[in-house]
Amino acid sequence: MAITLTENAAKHVLNFIAKRGKGAGLRIGVRTSGCSGMAYKLEFADEVGGDDLQFDSNGVKVLVDPQSLPYIDGMELDYAREGLNEGFKFNNPNVKDSCGCGESFKV
Amino acid sequence: MALLQISEPGLSTAPHQHRLAVGIDLGTTNSLVATVRNGISIVLNDENGRAMLPSVTRYAADGGVSVGEAAQAAQSEDPVNTIVSVKRFMGRGLQDIGDISRLPYRFVDADGMLQLRTVAGVKSPVEVSAEILKVMRARAEAALGGELVGAVITVPAYFDDAQRQATKDAAKLAGLSVLRLLNEPTAAAIAYGLDNAAEGVYAVYDLGGGTFDISILRLSRGVFEVLAANGDSALGGDDFDQRIHCWLLEKNDLSALSPQDTRLLLTHARAAKEQLTDHTETRITAVLSSGELIDNELTREEFQEITRNLVQRTLQPMRRALRDAGLEVDEIKGVVMVGGATRMPQVQHAVGEFFGQMPLTNLDPDKVVALGAAIQANLLAGNRGSDDWLLLDVIPLSLGIETMGGLSEKIIPRNSTIPTARAQEFTTFKDGQTAMSVHVVQGERELVSDCRSLAKFELRGIPAMVAGSARIRVTYQVDADGLLNVSAREMSNGIEAAITVKPSYGLSDAEITRMLQDSTQHAQDDMLARALREQQTEAQQLLEAVQQALVQDSDLLNETEKTRILAAMDALSGVLQKTDHHAIKRALEALNFATTEFAQRRMDQSVQRALGGRKLSDLES
Repeated sequence: MAITLTENAAKHVLNFIAKRGKGAGLRIGVRTSGCSGMAYKLEFADEVGGDDLQFDSNGVKVLVDPQSLPYIDGMELDYAREGLNEGFKFNNPNVKDSCGCGESFKV
Repeated sequence: MALLQISEPGLSTAPHQHRLAVGIDLGTTNSLVATVRNGISIVLNDENGRAMLPSVTRYAADGGVSVGEAAQAAQSEDPVNTIVSVKRFMGRGLQDIGDISRLPYRFVDADGMLQLRTVAGVKSPVEVSAEILKVMRARAEAALGGELVGAVITVPAYFDDAQRQATKDAAKLAGLSVLRLLNEPTAAAIAYGLDNAAEGVYAVYDLGGGTFDISILRLSRGVFEVLAANGDSALGGDDFDQRIHCWLLEKNDLSALSPQDTRLLLTHARAAKEQLTDHTETRITAVLSSGELIDNELTREEFQEITRNLVQRTLQPMRRALRDAGLEVDEIKGVVMVGGATRMPQVQHAVGEFFGQMPLTNLDPDKVVALGAAIQANLLAGNRGSDDWLLLDVIPLSLGIETMGGLSEKIIPRNSTIPTARAQEFTTFKDGQTAMSVHVVQGERELVSDCRSLAKFELRGIPAMVAGSARIRVTYQVDADGLLNVSAREMSNGIEAAITVKPSYGLSDAEITRMLQDSTQHAQDDMLARALREQQTEAQQLLEAVQQALVQDSDLLNETEKTRILAAMDALSGVLQKTDHHAIKRALEALNFATTEFAQRRMDQSVQRALGGRKLSDLES
């Protein structure tokens, strides 16, 4: 299993990294927080950690810490526009229940 | 799900925490509090496992206050200081209450709302209700372990402004922030609509302790459309108790009981009524303060017989609601039962017979309103995503259009249930006018400048016509999300212009309240202002018409006549900008009178021109 990015998501990630001017890749993870237990972490990565697992998808280097992987393994990151908002969307096959706002989830 | 943005390393934003919000069914007889836990709406019980708190408040001489079971237990011995069914007094004056001689309280008629004299002093119904809400709030905070963000409180659909405001005030006194007042039947529909995800047209039959409401609702994909609502604000389970009480008086040849005895018999009557739901007969035994023993047996048949007309009284509002909704009985997909009184077999039977189907009772009729309110509270507290529907079943302020002279013509009156659409025809004001400005305003005041401006747009390309002959249809449409669509269409050539505005989110509750108060306080000013603007507009039109006629046909007048008309015009122009609408009216009539002869001659002349020198006999042939 792995973490993948849709072409559209990859295009936007590369774009954001280019605009920022630096970055080794994209860090995706989970933390315990929020009303349904877990929340996603989506950050720029400046350096690769020793334990980090690396995935390459559509030209983007994705970094995941080993503790987070079980919760998001098989996930696809997409970029979507909903009304006036646009942003990254997590299609996570592990989620059993999520809070109404979608910012946090349960596995 | 939410869309996320990439953050700087270590700076991911924390998602929000669950915000505690509750739904409160502040009932006439019983009150309940519910909340949404793990996505499911549940009623919160007290430490003894009881969900329902009797809506009874008792004031003691030492200033102590008891609410609920304890207060109810004291009803018989201390009726004057034990307030039951206080909801009936909310926002009401003494003259609004029917037969006060049956009630054991010492009323004080105060300005606006009546008050009750108790051993602990004079109390307003707002304070009495606040005591009940305080208990609900404490129960919720103990069960949820935190401070509440706010509450949704339900009110009968028929509550007017004063009653709704009194409910809000009671919540404020109890330290609750009101997220919204929700109509009880709508709350019941939310509980059923979401839990059962059933689409179609439903009737909500709500026979509570003190009120009867019938609502016709269309449920589709989580959106509730109120098609019609009707009811009787003075009919409920309490009346069934009263009926048994009267029956007991008759059976035992009793009259004029003391407040204690009245309350004692009513308590027994209620118990008997509840017994008869599951039993075919019950025994009522009580000892009056005079020592007299009451011992009667009441069968279900006899109970049904003496309450038959109460049940019948619910049928007429049902017919009216159906007629208002433009529906036949067989178009109703299901009937939702709300309120403890709907447990009575004769009520279920009558409703089933009326609609030709058995009513739905799969949710507890006592709890269904609180459950729905909790779902709504959860939504309003922001625990659900913005993509979820937000119920908005009436528009809070009238939507109108600006007409000549800066007046607001109301197209959709406030409290209209939504979705709704209304259309009205307007016309041009000047000859050859090819464009019309549509100004959408919100508010109850007569003058546009006192209302809130929502949007403005122009309809262009109206064919040049004489003033008043163009027909422009302006349609206001408010959809289930509270979005207002305004379109204007010229009927002869079909040109159209439209705009979308969001009316309901623009005003805070405080603003709405202030505007409503304004409109009542200024009703007199507004009437005068309206009369003035109308006179000014009419005067302006007449002046322009006479001016034009003088340019075209001044040869029809001799100098004296012309001077007289010009003088009348000057007089009218002179008072036009003043604020005395009577003066304008007088000047207007004077000018009208001065030009009567002139108008006659112009008419003759145009007839002669039309005949074009032909003889009358030529036309006849």
